[in-house]
Amino acid sequence: MTAETETPAAPAAEFGRARLRKEDERLITGQTNWTDNIRLPGMLHVAFLRSPYAHARITSVNVSAARSEPGVIAAYSGADFAAEQGSLPCAWPVTPDIVIPAHPPMAVDEVRYVGEAVACVVARDRYAAADALAAIEIDYEPLPPVLDIRTALQDDSPKVHEAGNKSFVWPFAQGDMDAAFSDAPVVLERYYRQQRLIPAAMEPRSVVCSCVGGEFTLWSATQIPHVLRVMLALVTGIPEQNLRVIAPDVGGGFGSKLQVTAEEVLAVLIARKLGRPVKWTETRSEGCMTVHHGRDQWQKITIAADADGRIRGLDVDLLADMGAYLMLVTPGIPLLGAFMYPAIYKMDAYSFKCTGVFTTKMPTDAYRGAGRPEATFAIERIMDDLAAELALDPLELRERNWIKHEEFPYTTVAGLTYDSGNYEAATAKAKELFDYDGLRLEQRRRRTNNDPVQLGIGVSTFTEMCGLAPSRVLGSLAYGAGGWEQASIRMLPTGKVEVVTGSSAHGQGHETAWSQIVADQLGVPFEDIRVLHGDTQVSPKGMDTYGSRSLAVGGMALVSACDKVVEKARVIAAATLEASADDLEWVPGRFEVRGDPDKRVTIAEIALAAFAAHNLPDGVEPTIDADATYDPDNFSFPHGTHLCAAEVDTETGFVTIRSYVCVDDIGTVVNPLIVEGQVHGGLAQGIAQALYEEAVYDDEGNLVTSTLADYLVPSAADLPSYVTGRTESRAANRLGVKGVGEAGTIASTPAVVNAIIDALRPYGVSDVTMPCTPERVWRALQTAQGKQTGSAAEQHAARQSDQTQGNSPQGSDGGEA
Amino acid sequence: MAEVTVSVDGVKYSDHVEPRLLLVHYLRDVVGKTGTPVGCDTSNCGACTVLLNGASVKSCAVLAVQADGGEVTTIEGMATDAGLHPLQQAFHEEHALQCGYCTPGMIMAASDLLRENPHPSDGEIREGLEGNLCRCTGYENIVRAVRRAAQAGASA
Repeated sequence: MTAETETPAAPAAEFGRARLRKEDERLITGQTNWTDNIRLPGMLHVAFLRSPYAHARITSVNVSAARSEPGVIAAYSGADFAAEQGSLPCAWPVTPDIVIPAHPPMAVDEVRYVGEAVACVVARDRYAAADALAAIEIDYEPLPPVLDIRTALQDDSPKVHEAGNKSFVWPFAQGDMDAAFSDAPVVLERYYRQQRLIPAAMEPRSVVCSCVGGEFTLWSATQIPHVLRVMLALVTGIPEQNLRVIAPDVGGGFGSKLQVTAEEVLAVLIARKLGRPVKWTETRSEGCMTVHHGRDQWQKITIAADADGRIRGLDVDLLADMGAYLMLVTPGIPLLGAFMYPAIYKMDAYSFKCTGVFTTKMPTDAYRGAGRPEATFAIERIMDDLAAELALDPLELRERNWIKHEEFPYTTVAGLTYDSGNYEAATAKAKELFDYDGLRLEQRRRRTNNDPVQLGIGVSTFTEMCGLAPSRVLGSLAYGAGGWEQASIRMLPTGKVEVVTGSSAHGQGHETAWSQIVADQLGVPFEDIRVLHGDTQVSPKGMDTYGSRSLAVGGMALVSACDKVVEKARVIAAATLEASADDLEWVPGRFEVRGDPDKRVTIAEIALAAFAAHNLPDGVEPTIDADATYDPDNFSFPHGTHLCAAEVDTETGFVTIRSYVCVDDIGTVVNPLIVEGQVHGGLAQGIAQALYEEAVYDDEGNLVTSTLADYLVPSAADLPSYVTGRTESRAANRLGVKGVGEAGTIASTPAVVNAIIDALRPYGVSDVTMPCTPERVWRALQTAQGKQTGSAAEQHAARQSDQTQGNSPQGSDGGEA
Repeated sequence: MAEVTVSVDGVKYSDHVEPRLLLVHYLRDVVGKTGTPVGCDTSNCGACTVLLNGASVKSCAVLAVQADGGEVTTIEGMATDAGLHPLQQAFHEEHALQCGYCTPGMIMAASDLLRENPHPSDGEIREGLEGNLCRCTGYENIVRAVRRAAQAGASA
C-alpha cells in the first residue's frame, strides 16, 4: 500500500504526541502582536475612497478640498501614483496567449468592480481620515457591468477590458475519449454551480509601512511575507535588499492573505511620499468587497460508465469567473482542480477544459482548497447520481472504481502518481463510526412512513493533491516561482535551539509542531526550542504557507537541516572523544563511541565546543548551524471517507446535520491535537459552502453580502459536532506526512449536498444549488412535484442558481465555453 | 470632547474623547489595551467582546462615553497572580484556538455565559456563543473548552 520510502526520520519521542501549543499563551492573554496593534512614532492613518460602480470611466477627481480637512496630511488620486504604482502581479500565466490586463493598485481612468480604490486620505487618526473622504470630488461615467460568465463571452456582451472578456482557455486530455463515450451504456451529464465565496478570515487585513532613509519595513497581515517582498520589489522598483516584510501574528488566511494587494503597494508608496510611517486597516465591509473571493465556477461534467458502474471516461468543461483582473494566482486556481476530477477512481480517458472569464466583480483567487474542492464536489456529486442511476449503493459504486490499496503507487488518468493510500480502510472505519447500515435502515423506515422529516446519507470519498509543490511541476504549469521550502537550525552555546522556517504560520501551530520535529531529530527538549518565522530579515528565504504545504515541504526542510547539523557535529564529537568519526553512533541528543557507550558527548556540549572553538580540528568551521532547502519530488495525496447524515424537513426545507463522520488518511501525524483542529475547521468551512455562504452581487454589480450580517459565516449554533477518525498510510517522504489544512473543506461540501439529495431523491429532486438554504430546498421540492412557486425572493435565487431542479441550466449556454 | 472616567482591568482612566469614539477604539487607541481586537463593523463577529459592569458587550457597539463611570474587564484582565483564568486554561488545553483572533471575545462571552448558566449543556454553549464567530476551529473544541471550564468552576 505504500510506495518505496526513504530512510525514516529519527525515532520519535515527540512525533505523534498531542502537545499543547506554544503559541497559545500570548493569544489567550491578549498579548498578541496583530498588525493593527502596531503604533509607530508619527504614524499616519490611510483611508481609501472606493468605487460605487461596478464599471465606470472616471471623468474627474479632485482631492484638494480633502487636503484642507482637519488632521489631514495628504490626499491622493490614482493620477498621483500613475507614474510609480506599476501593475499588481499575476504570477501564473497559465497559457502563452493568456490575457493579463494591467491592474493599477489605484484606478486612474476606469473602475471595474465595486470597491476598487480610486483615492485616499492620509490623516492623523483613522476617524479624521475617514471623515475627509467625503470631501473628495469624483465624477464617473457609468459603463455597463458584466456579471454572468455564461453570457460574458457572447459577441454582444459589454467588455470588461478592451481585449474582451476571455482570459484564457486551458485544455488537458488523456486517453481515447471517443472510445470511452461512443457506446457507453450509461452517460450522465450534469451542471453544477460553485458559488462565489468570501474567505472572511477573522482578522481584517492591515498594513503598516515605515520608510527610513530609503529602507522600507512593511508589516502586513499576510500569509506570504517572502513572496510579497519579491513582488513589492518588482512592482515598485524599490531594490529588494531595501525591503523588509514582517508578518506578525496573523489572524487566519485561508488563502485570502496569499495575495499582493493594492493597499500593500500603496502603503509603501505613501510612506515613501511622506517619509512617515502609515497604517491602513480595513473595515469588514471593505474586506468583504476587496479581499479576493473564492470559487465561482460553472461546471459541466459528463461521465461514461459500463452497466456495472465501471467508469470509462470523464469530461469536464469549466467556466471560471476571474473577476475584473488576474491577481497573484487567479488563473491557476481552477487548474489546481484540473488533475483532481478523476479523484480516487480508475478510468480509461479524461478530458478537461477551463475557460477563464472576466467580469466586473472582485477578482477570485485562492480560498481554502483552491480548485480541489470544486473538483471534488463535481466528481463526488456525479458519482452519487451514477449510483442512483444504476440502483447501487454509493459506496459500492465507489469501491468498484477506486484504486485498490495494493495498486499503489498508481498513476492516474490525469497523470499524477499517488504514492500511497488505502481507501478500503478509511471507508470501513468511517462506516463503522457512522453506523452506516443502521442509518440506511432508519432512512428506509422514514421513507415508508412518509415522515415529513426525511433522512439522507451523503458520501464523499475524496483525495487531494497538496504539499505544493515540486518546482519542476510548477514550472511545467507556467507558475512563476518554485515550490521548495527553507529551514535553518541555529545551535546556541547554551544548548538551546533556534529554528528558522520559511513557512509563515497564521494559526496552524508551527511553533509547536516544528519544535516537536526538531526535538526528535536533535534529541533536545521540546521546551529548549524556539521557532522563528514570518520576517524576511529573520528568515530570509521561504515560500510561505498555503496549499497544505507547510509540513510536507517545510517539515522536510527541517529534517534535512537537522541532518546537516548532526553531520557537522560528528566531526567535532570525534575530535572531542578522540575517536574516528566512523566509530561514532548518533543517538538523538548525543554521540557515543560504538562498543564504549560511556564515551559520549551531547549535542549541547558540541554546540558549546563549536562556540568556544578552542580545540577544533584544522579546517573545521566553528559552528554546527545548518540550512537546508527542500524541494519535494511529488505532491502528497491525503484522502478520506466523509459521511454525513442530514435530516431534511420536507415542509420547510430546513436541513439539520444529524451526524458527521470523517476518517482521514493524512499520513503520519506530528501532533494529533493540531490535526484534529485543522480537520474541524476545514469541515466548518466546507459545510458553510454547502448550507450558508454565498457572495451575492445585484444586477448593477453591487456586493449585497458586504457585512457579516449578510454573508453567513456560521456560528457555533449553526454547526454540528464532528466525529473524526484516522487511518494511516505513509507518504513517500521521510516523515511520512501528507498535509491536512484543506482536507476537511475539500471533502465536506459534497458530503452534505449528497446527503440532502439522498433524502429527497424519492421526491424527484436531483439537485439543489448551493448554498442549500431552506428556501432553495423547499422550492426544489415544490418544483419537483410540479407545484407553482413564486415569491420575490425566488427571483434572486433563480438568477443565482438557474437549476433548482434537474441538471440543465435554463440558458443553453450554461457551462459551455 | 467629552470626559470619560472608566476603570479598565482594575485601573482607573480619565480622558477627554470625541463623543463618537467607540469603546473598542478607546480601549485600543487611548488606553493601549490592544488585547481586544476588532473583527467587523456590524457587531456580528464578537471579537471585541468585553465585560462592562460584569455583563458582556460588543465594544464596537458601545460608545466610550456610555462606559463612563463603569468597570470594563478585557481579556488582559482575566489572568491573576494566581495564574490563568479557568477559561483561558481550558481554551489552551482543549486546543480551542488556532489563529486566536476571535479568542479574546470568545473567552469574554463565555465568561458571561457561565455567569448566567454555570453548567450549560453543549447546546446551551453553542446557543450562548452564537454572537461570536470563529473561522478556524469549527467550534468543536471551543464547546469542549467551555464545558471543561464550567466543570472547573469558571463561573465562580
